[in-house]
Amino acid sequence: MALLTREATRQAAPASTERREVKVLSGFAHLSLAVWAILVIAPLAWTVMASFKNNTEIFLGNPFALPSSFNFDSYVRAWNDAHVGRYFLNSVFVVSISTAGTMLLGSMAAYVLARYKFFGNRFIYYLFVSGLAFPVFLALVPLFLVVNNLGLLNTYTGLILVYIAYSLPFTVFFLAAFFKTLPNSVAEAAMIDGASHTRLFFQVMMPMAKPGLVSLTIFNILGQWNQYLLPVALMQGENADQKWVLTQGIASISVQAGYEADWAALFAALTLSILPMIVMYGFFQRQIQQGLTAGAVK
Amino acid sequence: MRHGKYPFIVGFLAAPVALYVTFVIAPYLQAFYLAMTNWRGVSANPKFIGLDNFQRLLQDDVFWKAVRHHGLLLLALPLVTIAIALFFAFLLNVGGGSRGGVMTGVWGSKFYRFVFFFPQVLAIVIIGVIFQRVYAPDDSGLLNGFLKIFGIDPILFMANGRIALWAIVAVLVWQSVGFYVVLFSAGMASIPKDIYEAATLDGAGRGAMFFRVTMPLLWDTLQVAWVYLGIAAFDAFAIVQVLSVDQGGPDGATTVLGMEIYRNAFSYSQFGYASAMGVALFFLTITFAALTLRVSRRETIEL
Repeated sequence: MALLTREATRQAAPASTERREVKVLSGFAHLSLAVWAILVIAPLAWTVMASFKNNTEIFLGNPFALPSSFNFDSYVRAWNDAHVGRYFLNSVFVVSISTAGTMLLGSMAAYVLARYKFFGNRFIYYLFVSGLAFPVFLALVPLFLVVNNLGLLNTYTGLILVYIAYSLPFTVFFLAAFFKTLPNSVAEAAMIDGASHTRLFFQVMMPMAKPGLVSLTIFNILGQWNQYLLPVALMQGENADQKWVLTQGIASISVQAGYEADWAALFAALTLSILPMIVMYGFFQRQIQQGLTAGAVK
Repeated sequence: MRHGKYPFIVGFLAAPVALYVTFVIAPYLQAFYLAMTNWRGVSANPKFIGLDNFQRLLQDDVFWKAVRHHGLLLLALPLVTIAIALFFAFLLNVGGGSRGGVMTGVWGSKFYRFVFFFPQVLAIVIIGVIFQRVYAPDDSGLLNGFLKIFGIDPILFMANGRIALWAIVAVLVWQSVGFYVVLFSAGMASIPKDIYEAATLDGAGRGAMFFRVTMPLLWDTLQVAWVYLGIAAFDAFAIVQVLSVDQGGPDGATTVLGMEIYRNAFSYSQFGYASAMGVALFFLTITFAALTLRVSRRETIEL
C-alpha cells in the first residue's frame, strides 16, 4: 500500500524539475560538507607539513607548498631541547594513575550510593552531584592554598589527587545511574552463595557494569589528558617544568618558540602531540564518540 | 544482605568522600569567605572587609569587559555551533533521502562524521597553539598565506582588538561542531523511521522535514547542547590564555573572567579579589543555567 502511494506521488509531481532540485540540493550539501572537512583537516595537515620545513621555507615559502625535504631535525630539537618527550610521559604517568583512581573510587562511591539504603545516602549523593554546578574557577584560589598547606604543591601526588577529586562528581553521577539499572536477582543469588559485599562488587557488579565503565574511562582519560587550568595552577615553583604535563609543556614551548623563532620545532612538538591522538581515535572512534557524548544522553 | 553492611558502606565511601570534601567542597566554601577578605598572598594575614571586593568589582572596567565578552560568547557560540551542527547532522542522517523506506545520510557520511569529531579529542591548548600559527599576522600564517593568493594584505587577527574575540569564537566553533554533529545524530537516529516515511508521503520536502519533523523531536537534545555550550562560554580560559596576545589582550579585548581570576590570583597575589570574581562567575553561571532550563521548557513530545 505504502509503495503504491509513493509511486503515485512520484508520478504526480513534475518529475524533471523535482530531480533537478534534488540534484542542486545534494550538490550544495556535498559542497558544504566537503568545505567543513577541509576546514578541519587543513590546519592539522598544515601543522604536520610545516614541521618538516626550515625557517626560510616557513617564512618566505608558500604556506601550501610541500617541504623541500623531509627533515627530521626539528623533531630531534622538539624531543631533546623542548622536552616534548618528557612532558608526554609525564602526562601518561599522571593520567593513567588518576583515571584508574577516579574509576576505582568513583565506582565504589556510586555503587554504594546507588544500591544501599543508609542514613545520609541522599545527602552524600547530592554533595557529589552539586559539584557539577560549580565552576572550577570559584575554587581556584582556595584549592591552591589547600594543596599548598598539605605540602603537595608542585607534586604529582597533589595533581593526581586533585584530578581524581574533580572527576568524581560526574563519574559518581553517571555510574550511580548505571548501577541502579543492574538487576537485583544476580546480586541476591551471589549473596546467597555466600559472597561478601566486597566480592559481590568486584566480581559480579563491576563486570556487569562494563559498558558504563568503558564510556566513563574514556571520558575521564580525555578530560584529564586535556586539562590545563589545574596543572597550570598547581605545578608551579622551583623546577616545576620538570614535572609539567603535555598541555603546559606545549603552551610554554609556544612562548619559547616565539623568542627563538624556532617554529619548525614548535610544529614538530605539535605534531608529536597530535599523532597519538589520531591513532587512538582511529582505533577507538566509536567508543570515544560514545564516551564523550555519554554525559549528554540521559 | 545485612551482615557487615555498615563497615562495607563506610569502607567504600571513606576515601572518595574524604578526597572530594578536601579538594572540592572545602575550597568552594572557602571561596565565599575569601571573597570577603583582603588577603594578598600566602604569607599575609587576611582581614575581613565585608563586601568591599564586590563594590570594587562593580567599578572595575576589566571585570565588565570580561562579563561583556561572556555575553557575546554566550550568544554567538551556541547559536553558530548549533546551527552548523544541526545542518550537518541532518545531511549526514536523513539528507540522502529515503532508500527502501529508510532515511539515509548523504554519501560519505561515515567519513565526515569521523573527521568532524576529531578536534574534540585534541586539548584546547594544542588547538590554541595551532591557531596561533594559523592566525599569524604575516604571510607565514595559514590564513594570511591563503588571503595573499587573492592579493589581500595580511590581517592582524589577534592584534586587532575589534576582531580578536571573533577569531577566538571561530576557533571554539571549529572545535565544537563535530561533537554536536555526533550528539544530534544520536538524537536523530532515535526518531522513528515511519515518521519520516509519513512525512514523505504527505509530500514534505527536505526543508519542511527539517523544521517540522526533526527540530521538534530533537528539542531535548538541543536544550542539552545549549546548556553545554553556555557553560563553555563561561570558561574559555585556556584558549584565551594561549591564543590571545598578552593573555586577554590587546588591551583586554579578549579577556574572560577565568583569565582575570587567574591573573589576580597568581600574578598580583590578590587572593581575596580573585575569589570575589569567582563568586561573581558562579552566580552568572547558575543564573544562566536556571534561565535556560526555565525559558526552554517545553512539553516533550512523547513518541
